[in-house]
Amino acid sequence: MAAEGGSGLSIHPMDQFKVQPLFGDGPVGMFTITNVTLWLALAVGAVLLLMVLGTKGRAVIPGRAQSVAELAYGFVHKMVEDVSGKEGLKYFPYIMTLFLFIVFANFLGLIPMSFTTTSHIAVTAVLALGVFLTVTILGFVKNGSKFLGLFWVSSAPLALRPILAIIELISYFVRPVSHSIRLAGNIMAGHAVLKVFAGFAAVTAVAPIAIAGMVGVYALEVLVAFIQAYVFTILTCVYLKDALHPGH
Amino acid sequence: MATETAGHGADTVAHEIEAGMPQLDFSTFPNQIFWLIVALFAIYFILSRIALPRIGSVLAERQGTITNDIAAAEELKLKAVEAEKAYDKALADARAEAGRIVAAAKAEIQADLDDAIQKADAEIAAKSAESEKAINEIRAGAMESVEAVAKDTAGAIVAALGGSTDQGDIDGAVQSRLKG
Repeated sequence: MAAEGGSGLSIHPMDQFKVQPLFGDGPVGMFTITNVTLWLALAVGAVLLLMVLGTKGRAVIPGRAQSVAELAYGFVHKMVEDVSGKEGLKYFPYIMTLFLFIVFANFLGLIPMSFTTTSHIAVTAVLALGVFLTVTILGFVKNGSKFLGLFWVSSAPLALRPILAIIELISYFVRPVSHSIRLAGNIMAGHAVLKVFAGFAAVTAVAPIAIAGMVGVYALEVLVAFIQAYVFTILTCVYLKDALHPGH
Repeated sequence: MATETAGHGADTVAHEIEAGMPQLDFSTFPNQIFWLIVALFAIYFILSRIALPRIGSVLAERQGTITNDIAAAEELKLKAVEAEKAYDKALADARAEAGRIVAAAKAEIQADLDDAIQKADAEIAAKSAESEKAINEIRAGAMESVEAVAKDTAGAIVAALGGSTDQGDIDGAVQSRLKG
């Protein structure tokens, strides 16, 4: 067992996040077809399967797939309406895209041996920056300079307002950072912990504990996969509300 | 031994993390970003062009169907209430009609009955008057016979006792006795 521990045990929790070309061994260029491409395509395929093929029947009394598609539609639609208001519904397809992409990427990532696209900062940063830029541009287009009222807390005492404005400004620019790192960090940490437990499962003495730990962490990860998608979406709705109705 | 192994494992983990996170390998960023944008546009087009309008219309259609069904049910309910009212009215009418017929029949029967009773009473009265007359006649006849028999008997008794008497006297005596 000492021999096994010495040479057999090798845990590489981060190897699962490596971006590799799908065909051949060359360098990863911009247009190289990589495992990222594959799993993004699978996410698109899953969206297509659920939202298009699942609703093919357009049944008044829905079947199983259509029920799930309608549930997702109703869930996000209600969220946008409740958080961003009626005006926010114009951007419903955009928010639905984000939600479905993150949900499917997260759940596809939970398949053993898969690649989790949302565990990469590059991916979540693009999502978050997209939201940040959209919301900021929208805020100025819709409200003009009044959008700056978001940083000028008119309900606070006058002396405090400049200080609050600085804090508000910083927090506004930190938004995309926290927005993206929250998602990538959660997913990456969970998957890394799973891999560490899996590595220890190779050692007979701790295998039962390691396997029990894997089961527990996996269950938690299933929850996290959905919750992080939900959190990302609802924060997008909140930012959208700020853009549509600035001021406190 | 297990702890030793675990310790070694932890060292390996630390080593791997130190070796670098694939997340921070900037050489793969353009690739990821490019394919992500492609994927997002694909999902956006699938949703905004096909899926969302379709689901929205299905939901609207269902809402419409439900609203129509509820309206139709409401209408039917009103109809049912109306029908029930009509039925109740018909029933009440029928009851009233039946009551009227029964009352009429009763009155008719009563009239017939009264008529018959009256007729019977009259008949009885006539009959009893007739009977009384007959009885009176009989009684008168009987008195007469009694008188004759008494006179004859009295005459015979007197004769038997050896007296000769005038029939006229005997008759007078008997008559005065009878009047007593």
